[in-house]
Amino acid sequence: MVNSLLQSIPIDYFIYLSTLLFCIGVTGVLVRRNAIIILGCVELMLNSVNLLLAAFSAYKGDADGQILVFFIMVVAAAEVAVGLAIITMLYRNTRSVDVSLFNRLKG
Amino acid sequence: MEEILFYIVSACAIISAFFVVFSKSPMYSIISLIVTFFSISGLYIMLNAQFLSAVQIIVYSGAIMVLFLYVLMMLNLKQKDEPLKGSGFQILAVISGGLVFIGFIGALRGFQSIDLPVSPDSQIGLTKNLGYLLFSEYVLPFELAGILFLSALVGAVMIGKRDL
Repeated sequence: MVNSLLQSIPIDYFIYLSTLLFCIGVTGVLVRRNAIIILGCVELMLNSVNLLLAAFSAYKGDADGQILVFFIMVVAAAEVAVGLAIITMLYRNTRSVDVSLFNRLKG
Repeated sequence: MEEILFYIVSACAIISAFFVVFSKSPMYSIISLIVTFFSISGLYIMLNAQFLSAVQIIVYSGAIMVLFLYVLMMLNLKQKDEPLKGSGFQILAVISGGLVFIGFIGALRGFQSIDLPVSPDSQIGLTKNLGYLLFSEYVLPFELAGILFLSALVGAVMIGKRDL
């Protein structure tokens, strides 16, 4: 099944799919004001890049891309832990997670 | 048959990604994000990357999304906490996102599916092979990832302390 999938679907389809997911993530970061949803949209962008890396790795028959996907997941997990801690602290100080209120961070 | 499966799973991923962006309630956004991650895990299985598929479900859909939902429930956001941006700004944001997409597609126009040596060596995505690589060739980045996790843990505790 798998080999026939790799032969019946050209890699372009995976490229277009991950491009579309990445652009939806970019739009989400621009549209929403809730800081938690913005973090989720960043996760969506990271996942689309992961999908592209895994697709190239599978089509080329080289495992290095999948190792790189694993490390991206590790870094994303650490980023989410620290980012959610920061959001919780900001909520405690301002009683809001609206990013447009966070302009008081300057200087 | 495989193509139909691919179309179904990718349509599921795209539709739920749209729900992440455009649903009003943050809770529904996060749950749609979980659906997107499960669809991407299905795509990994189609690419014969079983290890990545399992890690995607365990780490993303399990750990990270539970963290998101926990923080979202703990903060107890009201509907009024997210006043929507002005509709003009929203339309501009959607237009610019679409322009990014069009730019990427235009950059891909010259891309012909380069004859990647399609050698569907179906063993590369298995846990055994990836584990062997991870502990032989990539053992130093693996240990550094452990140090990164430790520092992220300490940093999160430090930031979360009430009186810093």
